[in-house]
Amino acid sequence: MNAKNAMASNNPRELKYSAEHEWTRLQGETATIGITHFAQDSLGDIVYLSLPAVGASVKQFQKMGEVESVKAVNDIYSPVSGKVVERNENALKSPEIINKEPFGNGWLVKVQLSDPSEMGKLLDAASYDKLTAGGH
Amino acid sequence: MTSEAPALKRTQLYDAHLKAGAKMVPFAGWEMPVSYPGGIIAEVRAVRTAAGMFDVSHMGRLRIAGANAASFLDTVCSADVSGLAQRRSKYHLICNERGGIIDDAIVYRLDADECLLVVNAGNKDAVLGWIMPRARAAGGVTVRDTSPDFAMIAVQGPSAVDAVDRLSGGGASQIRPFRIGEIAIEGTAMLAGRTGYTGEDGFEVMPPSRAAALVWDQLLEAGVQPCGLGARDVCRLEAGLMLHGVDMTVENNPHEAGLDRFVRLDSPGYVAADALKRIGAEGTLRVIVGLRMLERAIPRHGHTIHSGGGNGTQVGIVTSGTHSPTLDADIGMGYVDRTLASPGTELKIDVRGRQVDAEVASLPFYARKRS
Repeated sequence: MNAKNAMASNNPRELKYSAEHEWTRLQGETATIGITHFAQDSLGDIVYLSLPAVGASVKQFQKMGEVESVKAVNDIYSPVSGKVVERNENALKSPEIINKEPFGNGWLVKVQLSDPSEMGKLLDAASYDKLTAGGH
Repeated sequence: MTSEAPALKRTQLYDAHLKAGAKMVPFAGWEMPVSYPGGIIAEVRAVRTAAGMFDVSHMGRLRIAGANAASFLDTVCSADVSGLAQRRSKYHLICNERGGIIDDAIVYRLDADECLLVVNAGNKDAVLGWIMPRARAAGGVTVRDTSPDFAMIAVQGPSAVDAVDRLSGGGASQIRPFRIGEIAIEGTAMLAGRTGYTGEDGFEVMPPSRAAALVWDQLLEAGVQPCGLGARDVCRLEAGLMLHGVDMTVENNPHEAGLDRFVRLDSPGYVAADALKRIGAEGTLRVIVGLRMLERAIPRHGHTIHSGGGNGTQVGIVTSGTHSPTLDADIGMGYVDRTLASPGTELKIDVRGRQVDAEVASLPFYARKRS
């Protein structure tokens, strides 16, 4: 991976990150979750997405779905534990939105947190920059 | 990342790839572009609707020369090289004495006593190891690895011939399909074969190394889309073309790989003749087929194939698969029991634990309209 594919400026400061390349935006006790620019860029053109159903429970750092590009399939891990309250039906229908706007309209699910203290186990933007700037 | 692996080799066009913003990946010992900023799907679309270009300078280019060049190749290639007219090419297989496929290759007859053998990057050493001692024993023939001397750019697509034709002042269109000829671009002479690996018309242009970047830039200026290994894999799968090392290995023979039509057994001294005759007479239990998914899911290398009847018995294995943007379908290839090889046969493919409906499809998945 080219380090330049993961420019620091691509990772919004207000988000928290997992080492598996998911991002989390916390609003009250609800977290919006997506995959990072780095992740979508590594995958290339995304063609399929599978996500947990609304109402399903997800656990922090456990598999909650899959994202598949022409080249490869990757598991999506939930960065937090809780209950899925909404999923991005538009992204399920047209997954290329994840390539275009990974931090915006390409979000995946919203999760009602069961343990807000778990947010402490996630990385801030500066640490995630460092993680992805190393390339490989 | 550990640094035990030997340094990756770079083609003459490495800098051009970086300049174009390519994502580079290791492939068969080379650092190659997998895609450019527009993405794989846009690259495939360019190849199917206009023209795309692939750097294939990592492939092995062996020059076989001498009075016995063609008759020697008859003993190691599955093609009738002696019978090949000058400036013509032939796709064929290089098999060992057990009939195992060491590589698939294209031989170009350049002259009465000179041939160019283009082999897969990852198999060059195996091919050299197989043919060098035999060439020495045969005499009257020399084998030289000319891969570093010239680059190779595959320009493919419905407007590829026009693009190369314009750069070469009308020279390229004189070369008919499956022929090779000499063209000049910006005053530099080079060979161009009207061959490829995408199912489209086009050329494999072979500029001397010093002119490689110039030719690439001229093609870029002519509007030809740079394409990486990702698009190359999609295009070749859509066209039903196999990839050695993925769809077949030295453990497979041409009959099970569905390539027996490229085998000719009557060349004097052909090293694999006895084995292939026997395999052809006995038949093989399995054969490679095209696979089309009936639900949305991409079959991948190593996924198991099961009978469609419901008892779930494993009947085969997927060797390649992708999402075809041209057909908007999920396609693949794999080996199945020969009894289940007819097009339309329903199968199940285990895609990461999910049994997905699929059917045997006839190859190629995609065939261009011929004008």
